[in-house]
Amino acid sequence: MLNATLIALLVVMTLALIRAIKGPTIHDRILAVNMFGTKTVLLIAVICFTFGEPEYLDIAIVYALINFVSVIGVLRYFEFRTRNGNGAPEVTGD
Amino acid sequence: MIETVQSFASGTLLLLGCFFMLTGAVGVLRFPDFYSRMHAAGITDTLATLLIISGLMLTAGWSLALFKLALIMLFIFFTSPTASHALARSAQLSALRLPQIAPEPAPTEMTNSQPVDTSPDAEPEAADSTRV
Repeated sequence: MLNATLIALLVVMTLALIRAIKGPTIHDRILAVNMFGTKTVLLIAVICFTFGEPEYLDIAIVYALINFVSVIGVLRYFEFRTRNGNGAPEVTGD
Repeated sequence: MIETVQSFASGTLLLLGCFFMLTGAVGVLRFPDFYSRMHAAGITDTLATLLIISGLMLTAGWSLALFKLALIMLFIFFTSPTASHALARSAQLSALRLPQIAPEPAPTEMTNSQPVDTSPDAEPEAADSTRV
């Protein structure tokens, strides 16, 4: 069952990456990257139990914190950029 | 006996987590609107994390790994709704604003017999509830 969970996690991360590449706006991409990061935390945790080495769970804890801080930071950046109105009014992801 | 029950419960939780995770990913990929995509992602992230980490906790047993898994679950429970909220707020402040839905026309006939609340402080909240 752990192996099936690993495969499902990889499939979900692939689908999130497809949305991050396709996404028409920057917010779609941020949403997909946030989802990708959450699934990465789960992937690291499941890999620990697949290999039988639970010491690597620290990496999952640190990755959860880094993922949250990076998403909030990127969101603040684009929020201030669009609120000031100096750039283009339509924010695209390109 | 107890190991069999434990592994069966762990497998069930992991399978349920996989199902919700795949549902959310398909929703993120296929929904037409940004806000509906965020609905699919924001709900299934927390639920799938709860189920998968609970299944891993049953596998871990009483050890330090159980505490670390509980810590991961606590972090994700705090950060995932916060990130979803910040994303929706940022999208609402940018060019991705939700279209304003026109208010429904008042019904021509009143069938309910309850007295209508006409206090002045009840109206603006109902009219303003679609704005952020």
